[in-house]
Amino acid sequence: MIKKFDKKDEESGSGSNPFQHLEKSAVLQEARIFNETPINPRRCLHILTKIIYLLNQGEHFGTMEATEAFFAMTRLFQSNDQTLRRMCYLTIKEMANISEDVIIVTSSLTKDMTGKEDVYRGPAIRALCRITDTTMLQAIERYMKQAIVDKVPSVSSSALVSSLHMVKMSYDVVKRWVNEAQEAASSDNIMVQYHALGLLYHLRKNDRLAVSKMLNKFTKSGLKSPFAYCMLIRIASKLLEETEAGHDSPLFDFIESCLRNKHEMVVYEAASAIVHMPNCTARELAPAVSVLQLFCSSPKAALRYAAVRTLNKVAMKHPSAVTACNLDLENLITDSNRSIATLAITTLLKTGSESSVDRLMKQISSFVSEISDEFKVVVVQAISALCQKYPRKHSVMMNFLSNMLRDDGGFEYKRAIVDCIISIIEENPESKETGLAHLCEFIEDCEHTVLATKILHLLGKEGPRTPSPSKYIRFIFNRVVLESEAVRAAAVSALAKFGAQNDDLLPSVLVLMQRCMMDSDDEVRDRATFYMNVLQQKQKALNAAYIFNVRLCLSVSVPGLEKSLHQYTLEPTEKPFDMKSVPLANTPITEQKTEFAPVATSKLPEKPGPTRQDIYQEQLAAIPEFQGLGSLFKTSEAVQLTEAETEYVVRCVKHTFARHMVFQFDCTNTLNDQLLQKVMVQMEPSEAYEVLHYVPAANLPYSQPGSCYSLVRLPEDDPTAVSCTFSCTLKYLVKDCDPNTGEPDDDGYDDEYVLEDLEVTVADHIQKVLKPNFAAAWDEVGDDFEKEETFALASVRTLDEAVGNIISFLGMQPCERSDKVPENKNSHILFLAGVFRGGHDVLVRSRLALADGVTMQVTVRSSDETVVDIILASVG
Amino acid sequence: KDTEPTLYTVKAVLILDNDGERLYAKYYDETYPTVKEQKAFEKNIFNKTHRTDSEIALLEGLTVVYKSNIDLYFYVIGSSHENELMLMSVLNCLFDSLSQMLRKNVERRALLENMEGLFLAVDEIVDGGVILESDPQQVVYRVALRGDDVPLTEQTVSQVIALLIYEKISYYLVNLTLTC
Repeated sequence: MIKKFDKKDEESGSGSNPFQHLEKSAVLQEARIFNETPINPRRCLHILTKIIYLLNQGEHFGTMEATEAFFAMTRLFQSNDQTLRRMCYLTIKEMANISEDVIIVTSSLTKDMTGKEDVYRGPAIRALCRITDTTMLQAIERYMKQAIVDKVPSVSSSALVSSLHMVKMSYDVVKRWVNEAQEAASSDNIMVQYHALGLLYHLRKNDRLAVSKMLNKFTKSGLKSPFAYCMLIRIASKLLEETEAGHDSPLFDFIESCLRNKHEMVVYEAASAIVHMPNCTARELAPAVSVLQLFCSSPKAALRYAAVRTLNKVAMKHPSAVTACNLDLENLITDSNRSIATLAITTLLKTGSESSVDRLMKQISSFVSEISDEFKVVVVQAISALCQKYPRKHSVMMNFLSNMLRDDGGFEYKRAIVDCIISIIEENPESKETGLAHLCEFIEDCEHTVLATKILHLLGKEGPRTPSPSKYIRFIFNRVVLESEAVRAAAVSALAKFGAQNDDLLPSVLVLMQRCMMDSDDEVRDRATFYMNVLQQKQKALNAAYIFNVRLCLSVSVPGLEKSLHQYTLEPTEKPFDMKSVPLANTPITEQKTEFAPVATSKLPEKPGPTRQDIYQEQLAAIPEFQGLGSLFKTSEAVQLTEAETEYVVRCVKHTFARHMVFQFDCTNTLNDQLLQKVMVQMEPSEAYEVLHYVPAANLPYSQPGSCYSLVRLPEDDPTAVSCTFSCTLKYLVKDCDPNTGEPDDDGYDDEYVLEDLEVTVADHIQKVLKPNFAAAWDEVGDDFEKEETFALASVRTLDEAVGNIISFLGMQPCERSDKVPENKNSHILFLAGVFRGGHDVLVRSRLALADGVTMQVTVRSSDETVVDIILASVG
Repeated sequence: KDTEPTLYTVKAVLILDNDGERLYAKYYDETYPTVKEQKAFEKNIFNKTHRTDSEIALLEGLTVVYKSNIDLYFYVIGSSHENELMLMSVLNCLFDSLSQMLRKNVERRALLENMEGLFLAVDEIVDGGVILESDPQQVVYRVALRGDDVPLTEQTVSQVIALLIYEKISYYLVNLTLTC
C-alpha cells in the first residue's frame, strides 16, 4: 500500500492505480445512481468497470449485495450507450453464479440478440447462454438455430461456441442443431469454420462412423482456417489410434499432407501428431522431423521451443531419427530461452556420441540453477538414459548429480536425482562407493522422509558389502539421533544388516542397538529389540531369514494373506498358522529400476492393488468344482493354442495348486453366424496326469469371450514327473444363428476343433522369489541337499542368450542383478531363487563359461531333496 | 497424447504489473479453483519470467506464453499438450488489440484508464476457454469504443496543451481586437 506514495513510482511516471483502494461497499453504494433518471452513461460505465475489476481481483460478493447490484444494473438497459450495454453483458456473465434470479434479463438479451445492432448480437447470445438452463434453452432454440447460420461471423461464432458450452448440460437439445452447424462449417469465415467443426465433433464423438464420415468430407473439401486444420488433425490422429488403422490409411496421408500447409501452426500440429503416434517407423517420422528441424532456426521462440520439445520426444524412442538435426540443436544450446537450451542439450545427450557428453554437461551446468524444476527433471532423465548408454561416463555424471543434489529443488526433482544415482550404482559396481558417499551426504540434510528411508534401505543392502563398511555407520546412526520416527526405524534396520554381515562391527552395532531400545517411538524400539535378539544368537541362518531376506513379509500377496488368515480363524484348529499356505505375490518385487514418468506429470506411487493372481484366485474360488484345492500357488502367462486369425481363438492360463492344476481356456468365437454351447477342451495327457473334471462354458456367443476349465491331478507317486504334454481338442455344440439379430436356431450339432498341444514344464511348479542377499540365503538353506552337475549347451552362442534361456526355462527369479552379463566377459555366475510347489525354497547357482559353446555348472540347493533332483533332471 | 480433441484451448489469461500484482486475471477451468491458489500461481509465474524476455516456459506442468511491455506482463496459459503456436496467436491478438486501442501506449497507466476496453477485448478473444477471435482488427472493431465520446483522460497531453494554447491565443486576439 505504501507503493502508492513510492517516490520512484511517481518519478517513473507510471502513476497510481485508480482502482487500488477500491472498497467493495463504497462501490456498491455508488451503484445506486443506476436508479437515477436520466441515466448518466459515463458514470455508470465507470461503476460497472469498478465492480468487474473487484470481481476480477477475487473479491468475494455476498448473494444479497450481488443480487441488489444486479437488479440495479438491469435498469441500464434503458440507455443506448453501446459501451455501457456491452459492460452490462459482462456484468451479467460475471455475476451469473453469484446473484439470484439472473434470468430476469432473458427478455432484454433475447431482444438484443435478434435486434438490428450487430455489435450487440454476439455478446448478447453469449451472455444469454450463460444464464440459460435446459428448459429455458428450448424457449430460445429457434433464435439459436437462426444465429448459428447468421451471415455475420461474430453472431454465428458466438452462437456456435455458446452451443458448445451448453452441450455438457443440454446435449439432447443442442444435438438438434447439427444441420445448422453443418451449414456453418462451410462458412468463409475462418473462426466460424473452426467453431462449427468443434461443435460437430463434440456432438458426434461417440459415433465413430459419423466422425469418420465428417473427417472424410472436410479433408477432401479443404478448409481455410488453420485452427480448424489443427482440430481436424487431432480428430484424425485420435481415430487412427482408436481403429488401430495402419499408416497406409487415408487419414495418415491427410496428416502427412498437412506438413506442407502454409500455416506454421498446422505444420507443427501435424508433425507433433505423427511423432506421438505409436509404432511409427523411422521412415514415417522423417518428414515430420525435417519440418521440426526447419523450425529450430525460427526467429520465434515459441516455435523453436515447440520444435525442440517435440524432437526431444522423438529422441526418446528413435534417437537415430534425430541425429540429422544435431547441428541445428547445437545452435540452440546457447539460446537465451533456457527452456529451449535445456531441451536442446538433453536431446543432444540422447542422440550425440560419447565424446560430446563432457562438453554438453559442462554447458548445462553453467545455467542449471536458472531453469525451472520441470526442466531440471528433464535433465536428470537425460542423464539417467545416458548412463545406461555409456556406462563409462558414470563418473562425470555422478559428479554432476551430486552437485545437483546440493542445490535447492522440490521433492520430484530430488527424487529423480536419487533414483538416478541408485540406478547408476546398481549398473556399475565400481561407482558404488562414490555414489553411496554422495547419498550419505544428502541424507545428512534431507527434508523428505521417503527419500531418507529409501537411501537408508540401500545403505543397509549395499554398505556391508563394501571394503570399509564402518564409515557408513556414523551416517546411519546420526539419523537415529536426529530424524523423525519413520527414518529412525529405517536406520535401525540398516544398522542391523551391518551387524549381521560384518563380525568385527557386531559389538559396536550391538551397543548402538542397545541405545535404540531406549527410543521414544514404539516401532523403533520394537525393531531394535528384535534385531538385538537375533544378532546376539550369532547364527548365519537366523540372520539370513530375519534380517536380509525377510521373505515372508515381502513376497506374499497381501490380499492372499488376508484371505488365508480369515479362513484360519473360521476353522478352529490346534495347528499354528502356516505362512507357507499363503500364496506368493506373483510378480516379485523387482530390483530397483528407475522408471520416469513423462515430463510434467508427477506420478504418485501406486497403491498395491490386487495382483492378476489374486483376481484369478477369486474367480476360481467361485467355481464349486475347485473347492478344497488349497490356495493358488502360481498362475502362468497365457499361452495361445490357436493362430491369431481363426474361427475360434483359444488361449490357456495354467493355474498350479499344491497337488492339482487347473487349466483355464479363454475362448472367443469369431463367427457371427454361430452360437456355441457346452464348450469344453478335452485333454489327453502324455504322462500319469489324471483329468478329474471338465467345467464347460455354457454359451459362447459371437465375440464375447468365455472360459471353460479342466481340473487335473498331478501324479503323486512320481513327484519328479513335472513336465507333461497335453493334446487338446475343443468340443462344442454349434447352433447356427442370424448374424444380425444373434437369434439362434433351435437345433444344433456337435463339432470339434483341434488345438495346439499344451506343455506343462518345470517352470509351472516354481514361483519366483527375490532374495536381496543371495549369499545369505544360500547359507540359510544349507548344503544338506546340495547337488551339482555340469552341462554343455552346444547350440547357445553367447552368455546373454544362455542366461535368458535358463531363466525362462526354470521360471526362477534372478538375484543380485546377475541376469545382466557384463560386456566382454567370457564367464559369468547366475543366481536364481524360487519356491517349489509345496513351499520348499530352491536356489540355483549356475556358473557359465563361454568357449565354443557355453558350458554350465549348475549347483542346486533346497530344503527338500526331491526338488533338487527335479531341477537337475529337467535341466539335463 | 491422451487428450480428447477439443476447442477448449486456453486455461487462463493474465496481466500483471511490474511488481507481479494482478491487473487482470481470467481462469477458464478448475486448474486453480481458489483465489489463493491463483495468486500463488501468479507469483510463481512472475518470479520465473519477469527477468527473462523469452516468450515461453513450462511451469507447474502448464505451457505459458508471455510477453512484456514497459511495466506490463501478458500471459496466456494452456495445457502442456497444447499447440504452443495456438496459445501464441491468442497472446499476439490480445497484445495487438490493446496496442491499437491504447494508441500504442501499452503501459500500466493507460491500461488502468481503459479497463473496460480490456475487459471487452478479452471477452471477444476468448470465451470460456475457446478461442473466439484471433484477428486484432476484428476485436477492436467489435469492442467499438467510440472515438467521439472519448473521456478527457484518454486525450493525450499534447491535445490538452494545444487546446490551452489555442484558448490563450484567442484570448489575446480578442483583447487585441478590443484594444484596437
